[in-house]
Amino acid sequence: MSTATVEETSVVVAPEPFWTRQRRLGLTLVLIGLLAAVLFGALAPSEQARFTLSDDAEGAALSINGQLGAVLFGILTIVAGGVLLAGLAKRRQTALLGLGILTFVLSFLCWQVAGKFMPLVDTTSGTMQLALPLILGALAGVLGERSGVVNVAIEGQFLMGAFAGALVGTMATSVWAGLISAAVGGLIIAAILAVLSIRYLVDQTVVGIVLNLFALGVTGFLYERLMQNDASAYNEPPRLPEWRIPGLADIPVLGPVLFDTNLLVWVALLLVVAIHFGLTRTRWGLRTRAVGEHPTAADTVGIRVRGLRYLNVLMGGLVAGIGGAYFTLVATGSFTKNMTAGAGFIALAALIFGRYTPFGALGAALFFGFAQKLATYLSAVGSPVPSQFLNMLPYLATIIAVAGLVGRVRAPAADGLPYVKS
Amino acid sequence: MALPNREIPLKLELRGITKRFGDLVANDHIDITVEPGEVHALLGENGAGKSTLMNQLYGLLQPDEGQIVVNGEPVVFRSPRDAIAAGIGMVHQHFMLVPVFTVAENIALGSEEVRGGPLGWLDRRRSRRDVIETSERYGLPVDPDALVEDLPVGAQQRVEIVKALTREVDLLILDEPTAVLTPQETDELLAVMRSLTAMGKSIVFITHKLKEVKAIADRITVVRRGKIVGTASPDTSEDELAALMVGRAVSLEVAKTPAEPGRNVLKLAGLVVDDDRGVRAVDGVDLEVRAGEVLGIAGVQGNGQTELVEAVMGLREVRAGSVELDGESLAPLSTKQILRSGVGYIPEDRSHDGVVKEFSVAENLVLDMYDRSPYGNAFKRDLGSVGSNARERVAEFDIRCQSPDTPVGTLSGGNQQKVVVAREMSRPLRLFIASQPTRGVDVGSIEFIHGQIIHERDQGTAVLVVSSELDEVVGLADRIAVMYRGRILAIVSPDTPREEIGLLMAGITGTGGDAPEEGTK
Repeated sequence: MSTATVEETSVVVAPEPFWTRQRRLGLTLVLIGLLAAVLFGALAPSEQARFTLSDDAEGAALSINGQLGAVLFGILTIVAGGVLLAGLAKRRQTALLGLGILTFVLSFLCWQVAGKFMPLVDTTSGTMQLALPLILGALAGVLGERSGVVNVAIEGQFLMGAFAGALVGTMATSVWAGLISAAVGGLIIAAILAVLSIRYLVDQTVVGIVLNLFALGVTGFLYERLMQNDASAYNEPPRLPEWRIPGLADIPVLGPVLFDTNLLVWVALLLVVAIHFGLTRTRWGLRTRAVGEHPTAADTVGIRVRGLRYLNVLMGGLVAGIGGAYFTLVATGSFTKNMTAGAGFIALAALIFGRYTPFGALGAALFFGFAQKLATYLSAVGSPVPSQFLNMLPYLATIIAVAGLVGRVRAPAADGLPYVKS
Repeated sequence: MALPNREIPLKLELRGITKRFGDLVANDHIDITVEPGEVHALLGENGAGKSTLMNQLYGLLQPDEGQIVVNGEPVVFRSPRDAIAAGIGMVHQHFMLVPVFTVAENIALGSEEVRGGPLGWLDRRRSRRDVIETSERYGLPVDPDALVEDLPVGAQQRVEIVKALTREVDLLILDEPTAVLTPQETDELLAVMRSLTAMGKSIVFITHKLKEVKAIADRITVVRRGKIVGTASPDTSEDELAALMVGRAVSLEVAKTPAEPGRNVLKLAGLVVDDDRGVRAVDGVDLEVRAGEVLGIAGVQGNGQTELVEAVMGLREVRAGSVELDGESLAPLSTKQILRSGVGYIPEDRSHDGVVKEFSVAENLVLDMYDRSPYGNAFKRDLGSVGSNARERVAEFDIRCQSPDTPVGTLSGGNQQKVVVAREMSRPLRLFIASQPTRGVDVGSIEFIHGQIIHERDQGTAVLVVSSELDEVVGLADRIAVMYRGRILAIVSPDTPREEIGLLMAGITGTGGDAPEEGTK
């Protein structure tokens, strides 16, 4: 109870220090805004930057002079930071932060695209596709961690899902069988994680890492022994169909991204909404959060702590397994060894950067997906900025988030702690 | 399980309850009857088995033998849910509240109002209304929308009580409810208990504080080492109750002569310290402790006492101000240097900071001097002198252990604390700092440790005692500094009326208008 008492004390004793988080944030935005306006502005050629609504250089486009845009958006970043720094608009902190980051990115784009063109539809749908497994993986993490079980085995669940989806999908020549098997693949890894960490109290991070290696080994072995020898029998799954919803699909930019696409996009977005409302508005969610924050308190009002943790970790396994299906049933159409290549860890980063919330995870996943898409674009147009810089962004963002530079990320209090009845 | 009839007032009987943990018999054939509408005090020392007994009554543990009988019907509680259904609620010593939830969410948790069938959509409006209703019915003001982590301890306790009452319980177990309260909050709690029993609820009041037992209990059952050693009525004297509880006559008063203060040993000037989260915890404290006196710091836990002591010991950064020992600044010294310059220190969290539980008694006794003559040097240790030192200290400080080689973790709390006291007092001292010196310590050891502290004072050492138990501060101190929200509000003599000190602990300095409302006493 001492913490609560200290809490109370802090309210009165501490005079608000000048460098609040908000001000530090504002200062950061002002600095990067300056960087954008001066550096990007100076480097950008004074030519049109065209953001085309179609897929080619012709057709309707939003265009702006690259140099002007870089300077203008940089100045907007400075303004957003300035408002925060001045201590105005305390309520709109998140919105201003978002505006600052957005304008900074736009300034960067103006510099890069000046004299060239960037197809908006391709960029957004590419972002969505790249973000897709990240969203699902991060949601799996949300489910487990909010109930107090750390899940660093998302990567392993992806791999198992991807593998099982490809294998069963091919053998049954049914993409739906593949999708279900992918979910089951994730579930298997989750079940091992759950039993070892909840029942046998093994350190959850260690179990997670071991499971990642396990999944890598098992799928790699079976891939070499089975799939490589006879790909047509084991490794040519049908792809998930793309469905086009008439009318809605004609909305510029967003239409093709959301309404002319594969099922997983809807599954992922629906799950974000469902888990958000589930966590905040339902009995299951209240209990899940209680178990993740203060399991003893939950136990004393008759909630079955371990049971609920099992349920959540297993549900997370299903979701991450579906995320794994993206790799074989959507992106490529065949399994290869270690094909997830660390996406599970980026999903983990999205979970933390998204503050353990579904919508936060969605935002972080989209942001990371965009960074990856941008990296491809930049190397395609031969930008002087190395694409590795952008690929490094998720990890950099996570370090910043965890270090508490941009708003403190607070994990559930009992996250990672096994519950033992005393 | 047959549900007991909830229409008649609840009468509870425990028959022959026995609970073992390995070889340890935590509860040995306990028989207790709690009549409707009574406050039944369960009095016993830490570790006597009170909490174990109540955890069985609340379904958190299952008895190995014996029966729980509610209104004549034997019942079996497999989980707290069963106990609640039978009309039994519990307020735990460490509150069972989720800090990041609102009051209403905490109260609803586990028996949520839902609509919409299988989805279990929370009916938050109804939960809020339930909270408000219960809160008004029993006169326990709580704000349903406040976050629990923002509430002071007293308010959190009210939330816990309301949480139990919304579950329509008829018997309420209060486990050491006053441990974290100011004297005023304690009085308020006692008033609440009276009004609850007036409405026909019965209360099992677990405590080791004799004054409160005498003030509120209708019947008293005394537990020692897992057994019932007697029952008493509230007019039994404190000395008799203490003797029952401890098993021999104990003196509750600290025997001491008037202090003969000498030079200023410790001098704090304008001390400012932050807590772990960077929030100001000590906010400009000036304090002097003189040789040959005990300065006691009274205050509710969490008002900066911990940080103040840690700053003096070099365990926490001094933000501003100075700490001087005999005129020399301690700020540039390491904790090791501070200890060796003649400062003894009993940390408040014994098991974290006071002893290394896996180490033997002998090793723990030389933790501060293990690399010094005669116990060793930079290269090797002299186990012979470590052992002979241990034998001497064990005898001198009456440390009850099988041998000096037993791990300290296997000793009782009181004996562990004696190990700490023995170690810290075996150096020549100028200043002795004791933080919560008797927390979790049995009454017999308390007496001994208090005696040692006074003995140290009489040798001319300056002593600083920090305790959240007002009785302890009053008993030991020659001067009392009351700390509230990082400041010293006043320095008073131990003869000051307790009410006045209590008010200071609650941050009320004026003698006139700020007095608490009538009827709380």
